[in-house]
Amino acid sequence: MELQAVLMAAGGGSRMPDLTYNTPKPMLPVGNKPLMWHPLNLLERVGFEEVIVITTKEVQKMMSTDPKMKDVKMKLDVVCIQEDGDMGTADALRHIQQKIKTDVLVVSCDLITDVALHEVVDLFRAHNATLAMLMSKAHDFTETVPGQKGKKKTGEQRDFVGVDQSGKRLLFMANEADLEDGLSIRKSIMRKHPRMHIKTGLVDAHLYCLKKAVVDFLADNKSISSIRGELLPYLVRKQFSKTTNCPKSKDDADDQTQKTADGSTNSTELLICSRDEPLLQLAQERSCWNDHRGDMSEAYHGGKLRCYVHIMDQGLCYRVNTLAAYIEANRLASKLLEEPAVHPSAVISERCQMGPDSIIGAQCQVADKTSIKRSTIGNSTTVKEKVKVTNSIIMHGVTIEEGCNIHGCVICSNAVIGRGADLKYCLVGNGQQIEAEGEAHSFHTSTFNMLSLFSPPTVTRGT
Amino acid sequence: TRDGLCNTDDIERSKTEGKELTKEEKQRLRKEKKQQKKNKEKNDEKTSHEGEKKKNKKKKEEQPAGSASQPPAQPSPKAVPAPAPPPPAAAAVPVPASEAPAPADKPAKSKADLKAERRARQEAERASKGKKGDVGQPAPTGKLKAPPSELQPVVKRLPEHVQVDNPEVVKKLAKKLERQQIPLRSDYGYKVSLFSHLHQYSRKAPLTQQLGIPSTVIHPAIVRLGLQYSQGIVAGSNARSVALLHAFQQVIRDYTTPPNEELSRDLVNKLKPYISFLNQCRPLSASMGNAIKYIKKEISNIPSQCKEEEAKIKLLNCIERYINEKIVLAAKAIAKYSIEKISDGDVILVYGCSSLVNHILCEAFEKKRKFRVIVVDSRPRLEGREALRRLVQKGISCTYVLISAVSYILPEVSKVFLGAHALLANGYVMSRVGTSQIALVAKAFNVPVLVCCETYKFCERVQTDSFVSNELDDPDDLIVTRKGKTQLEHWQKVPSLGLLNLVYDVTPPDFVDLVITDLGMIPCTSVPVVLRVKNVDQ
Repeated sequence: MELQAVLMAAGGGSRMPDLTYNTPKPMLPVGNKPLMWHPLNLLERVGFEEVIVITTKEVQKMMSTDPKMKDVKMKLDVVCIQEDGDMGTADALRHIQQKIKTDVLVVSCDLITDVALHEVVDLFRAHNATLAMLMSKAHDFTETVPGQKGKKKTGEQRDFVGVDQSGKRLLFMANEADLEDGLSIRKSIMRKHPRMHIKTGLVDAHLYCLKKAVVDFLADNKSISSIRGELLPYLVRKQFSKTTNCPKSKDDADDQTQKTADGSTNSTELLICSRDEPLLQLAQERSCWNDHRGDMSEAYHGGKLRCYVHIMDQGLCYRVNTLAAYIEANRLASKLLEEPAVHPSAVISERCQMGPDSIIGAQCQVADKTSIKRSTIGNSTTVKEKVKVTNSIIMHGVTIEEGCNIHGCVICSNAVIGRGADLKYCLVGNGQQIEAEGEAHSFHTSTFNMLSLFSPPTVTRGT
Repeated sequence: TRDGLCNTDDIERSKTEGKELTKEEKQRLRKEKKQQKKNKEKNDEKTSHEGEKKKNKKKKEEQPAGSASQPPAQPSPKAVPAPAPPPPAAAAVPVPASEAPAPADKPAKSKADLKAERRARQEAERASKGKKGDVGQPAPTGKLKAPPSELQPVVKRLPEHVQVDNPEVVKKLAKKLERQQIPLRSDYGYKVSLFSHLHQYSRKAPLTQQLGIPSTVIHPAIVRLGLQYSQGIVAGSNARSVALLHAFQQVIRDYTTPPNEELSRDLVNKLKPYISFLNQCRPLSASMGNAIKYIKKEISNIPSQCKEEEAKIKLLNCIERYINEKIVLAAKAIAKYSIEKISDGDVILVYGCSSLVNHILCEAFEKKRKFRVIVVDSRPRLEGREALRRLVQKGISCTYVLISAVSYILPEVSKVFLGAHALLANGYVMSRVGTSQIALVAKAFNVPVLVCCETYKFCERVQTDSFVSNELDDPDDLIVTRKGKTQLEHWQKVPSLGLLNLVYDVTPPDFVDLVITDLGMIPCTSVPVVLRVKNVDQ
């Protein structure tokens, strides 16, 4: 077997608390399918037959009942971990180390992309790389996010990614938070790769191909807890460290145990270095190919540990971990899905105006004289007459009474919007009720705000 | 003698097991049978081995489960699509006919009703193919050495990789690949008309686009190898052969015999789709073809009572030994011979990057010979830069020129050392495109040309020109950007423009003064002798 797929679906969605308060992030509907369905669909389309899903018990329960998840034909091996949030992605990988028999492809549950996966995996295969990852040029989110007044200047930390001239080899990776004084690059890197392109506007898709040796390395190094935050920068740095480049290690397994007695650092480095067998070495020597020109060293500068990145410049690649990304993803979901936009079981009256970008879920009821444009409407939702819904995301089981005007909102499951309500850029939490004739602009409701809704200063009743 | 097996033992074993016989044995048997049986037997033979032929065609990829009398398709060179040619099938049929086991007779008997029908069809087919085969025969397959019987005309089959402009052949290839579950790689771009009979692929459209991830049909080591071939990461005939054998080692390690199958037959059948896949990624080289032939022979020679573990270890050792003998030790031997030819004060010209020539020069330098090297390079590959790097790293003083300057620099040169991709049976040297030019100019200047080549690259093909059988590389490689301008960027839109990126060319033996092989220093015309000696050994 070549690759094993691992889906990380235990994340909390800490950056969108209003949405994830009731529904765990992996099960949030995007295009009327649970969020984790999208990476699973990607894996299924490419040809995987089994996926190990690391998730929480709550999500597992929801998965088993959700009809959309039944569409997934692959065999899902669900591993539950505690929900306390202390387990990082690397910890989760360590947890399933016994199941990992070969190289592993780690995907995050919030990745929605149409990348040609073979581009990433080909880098991994062709160069015998230790790590191959996917990144994408970031797109600005154009939709206004409900609940945000004015443009939010993101104080988010940028990622600095350094690639070589071909744009494939990953030379440098650091987050702004870790760079206090400035960006310092080791001389050994500059000597080997005198031309480096440093990019900041990239989105890490959290899709990684890792060699099996890395998983074994994690098992020994319990201090690493996050793949993105700790493991990746470590691997990228290790490409150029002296020890990996002088392997006197044609060791057998016996020597390894000796080394562990000496010091754990030695053995771990040995574990990571992809020990090229002598025949491969011979083939490389006899081959007239070199990955770089201009200096006297052989291909890959003799380095055994190599990290590669595939940077997408066209196509969709979103990580749905903020509200803005969630809205954007829903907007584009209709492009990704091959199913018809309107579910066959939905009852839509003839005098309803529906735009082509909208998605209507199963068993919906849409009455006359409604207008639905650029919106996603979830399953079992009732939309009464004379309702205008634009640019919104309506989740499952919502009831929208007559005459409402909903623009740019996110309405979570089982909410009830009273008659004649006028909502602009609002986020209505699970099971909330908006009073009839209520008017709200840029407002967030959730259970916490419930009380304030009934006597809020911004919501006006009637006219 | 072959590795540890005697001729007589082998024939007897094959007779009892109904296994495939080598060409010599089949010829011998055939001659005997023909002398014994005349007219009546000839008819029988013809119809039953027509049945054989049909069956072999159908059962090409399937395991001949249980029927020990049916030999699988033979270890033919990869270029030849292999419906089993009549003579070996004829030999195989009388052999099982003489045996007791019923299965041998059953196939012949059960086909008895359809014999006449099939015979008629066969005759018609053969008549049409005979015509086609007679018209153009630039590259007869070396395999068909067997003399044709008086009954059927010799059908010389062109290898399918030089018949790309023939839609039937392409269809047949597509069907074969479909059967093996390997995606078909489509040709790219406009092909220059003289070379429109060859495949031309684009590097930007790798075969892995159409494969699933993770690859289940094809072993991951083979997928990796195919990628490395198509992207040029493993280039050079020695490197390709070593990498191929390494991948086969991994395949063998991961192989388990399915129940009711024999390792010796099943493993060979497992390797076939892999070889097709590699062929799609990049056409196989002659050295790879010979390595594959060797491996298949070794696998088929595994005795059936051998346990799987033992068999696997034996095969892995065979591979190691092959690489050691044919590549590593051969390089040492060639270096030893060549050093005698390098004297102090020599100015040696090399072309492109040949691993063997580089090895020789480095060895000579270590043995304290004083010489300098002129590296000639050519676009688009510019492999000479890599050769330059390796030589300069050792400390050899080098000059670097492009091939357009070769006639200017030749007056300084005292010897020319060339590497070879393959040595053909008529003494022609097949090597990187440009080599024949270098040899020609060197001949004009009376500079001795020495070709260094291991014996495992000797191939039974015969070629006199570089048109019939060659390899077309990605035409986009010729596009270069200078000062921000890419002139050829839209070459496909110009209808009368074609980009040609040839990979190989053949050098006639008159331009080559000496061939240095691990068997010694031989003239170019002695190549067929070496081949014959090799075949007798095997």
